[in-house]
Amino acid sequence: MGSYEYKTYDFVTPEEQRTGAPARHPVVIVGAGPVGLTAAVDLAYRGVRSVVLDDENQVSEGSRAICWAKRTLEIWDRLGCAEPMEAKGITWKLGKVFDGDRHLYTFDLLPEPHHKHPAFINLQQYYAEEYLIDRVNALDAVELRWSNRVTAVEPDADKVTLTIETPDGPYRTECDYLIACDGARSTVRKLMDLEFVGRYFEDRFLIADVKMKANFPTERWFWYHPPFHEGPSALLHRQADDVFRIDLQLGPEVDPDEEATPEKVVPRLKKMLGEDVEFELEWVSVYRFQARRLAKFRHGRVLFAGDSAHQVSPFGARGGNSGIPDAENLAWKLALVLGGKAPDDLLDSYDAERVYAADDNLRITSRTTDFMSAKGAVPVAFRDAALGLATKWPFARALVNAGRLSTATVHWDSPLNTPDGDDWAGGVVAGQVCEDAPVNGDDWLLDHLGRDFAFLYFFGAEAPVPDGLSGLARLEIPVQPLVVVPQGEGATAGGLTALADSEGCAFARYDARPGSCYLVRPDQTVAGRWRRFDEAAVRAALARASCRDAVAPAAPQEQAAEA
Amino acid sequence: MADVPKLRADLGIAAPDDLYEALIKAHEGLSQEQSNLLNARLIFLLANHVGDDAVLHEAIAAAREGIA
Repeated sequence: MGSYEYKTYDFVTPEEQRTGAPARHPVVIVGAGPVGLTAAVDLAYRGVRSVVLDDENQVSEGSRAICWAKRTLEIWDRLGCAEPMEAKGITWKLGKVFDGDRHLYTFDLLPEPHHKHPAFINLQQYYAEEYLIDRVNALDAVELRWSNRVTAVEPDADKVTLTIETPDGPYRTECDYLIACDGARSTVRKLMDLEFVGRYFEDRFLIADVKMKANFPTERWFWYHPPFHEGPSALLHRQADDVFRIDLQLGPEVDPDEEATPEKVVPRLKKMLGEDVEFELEWVSVYRFQARRLAKFRHGRVLFAGDSAHQVSPFGARGGNSGIPDAENLAWKLALVLGGKAPDDLLDSYDAERVYAADDNLRITSRTTDFMSAKGAVPVAFRDAALGLATKWPFARALVNAGRLSTATVHWDSPLNTPDGDDWAGGVVAGQVCEDAPVNGDDWLLDHLGRDFAFLYFFGAEAPVPDGLSGLARLEIPVQPLVVVPQGEGATAGGLTALADSEGCAFARYDARPGSCYLVRPDQTVAGRWRRFDEAAVRAALARASCRDAVAPAAPQEQAAEA
Repeated sequence: MADVPKLRADLGIAAPDDLYEALIKAHEGLSQEQSNLLNARLIFLLANHVGDDAVLHEAIAAAREGIA
């Protein structure tokens, strides 16, 4: 079945297993899926070495996650691997919702121009993994070990010890921190005997990925009461290589093994696509929704990210697209902690922020599921009322829930946030990912953010670049100052990087006036913002965002070395 | 917010008996399922017209009060 040629990756006996010399790694990552690989690349980007263990020797079987959201693409772009994804993937932003034959409404996930990345691309998970593996293999700082299966985890106060089974037998290794990215059926979670609690939804769904030549537009089409299927809903979505994702709601009573057989699947698809359409089955799966998470994502030196930590229903593309931000959220914090620049407490904020994000995604996807799988007379009545009103009454279209597609979570109450003290009428709040904007004509604001902390200063003739700005780069935790200049105005940036606001988008999207300024974390998330520069306030916000009491200027010899 | 109720308790409709009659009549000849649908549609139409989230959530709580 299928047209994709699965690459296999050779097992190579790890040096430490071959020599028997005990090794201690800063970070070991379990699971070479999209989340684990992203974590490895992001750690390498921040100068942290890691070892990635995977119990198989190829990319994941079947298309699985296919929708990658703008925020995920921004993260991958920062890590140098968005280009092959976007080149291969199918770009889309429009979704259509039908009730039977009636088109209820169309939604546009990116209605305004001037963004570098699309709202979404659709790309089979095996391609995403393949490109990430290519990226990892180009990095010295990541060692990817295939056919390495973790069989024991011993967490201690000062390290984590792993026992690993390989084709050459077992070996043991140690790390400062372990990141478990080993998916919904996480081995690490089971070995540590951690509860994964939440809800199951009763309805079963059929996923069929089919390869066919068809003229469906590159839009997400969702049906309630589909005319070609007896179940309550259906979804059609295009992927790369003329592969289409078809998702049919089957209800609670069906036999999942029988429903996954071609004898059952092919007639269902023919009813949908027409008797004459030729197609080839790529992948079939029958599944039930789950909405579960770990109580905590941090367990001492073991950190859970992606599906090992939280599992949501797939409608809304909130699984992979919350796992990738998990990895990003963790990478810079681990880098600061391992580099001795922030206390270990900073990792508690990973737990606080990403548990909040998981709850947000669980709440949103559970609402979708409750709408789609309405059970009982009254819930069905409410669903059908919303669907029935939606054609004639525009307001009711907002009530029809066919999946709320993933956007970056705003960490409103993060302990790392410095709340607003000034008046703002929009812009980007503390805890929110920075908005992108075109700068210097052919460049993008986000391309300048994400290495270290950054400081965006919005320049105007009446708000010249303050003296203290350049000193931010010489703090113990360096902050890179950037000056955003209105198009057409000459700025005296005092040797600092100046970004021309070519389209006026930066000022608009940040609700900026001359003198407005933002402190931005290494994960491109706002830590605090002010209407005028105040060095003490910025240093206090930096200390808060890194869980330190204070951030002093770096020692003089370091300054000399950097100058 | 709960301290200062926004949901009005005084009479806001001009002809209560007319309204009551209209509601009963609207359901005439409908099955239970159809009546459920009508009620749900009516709730959505009215809720959107009211538009004030605080009022709506107070109303939901008030409607549920004392039932179970």
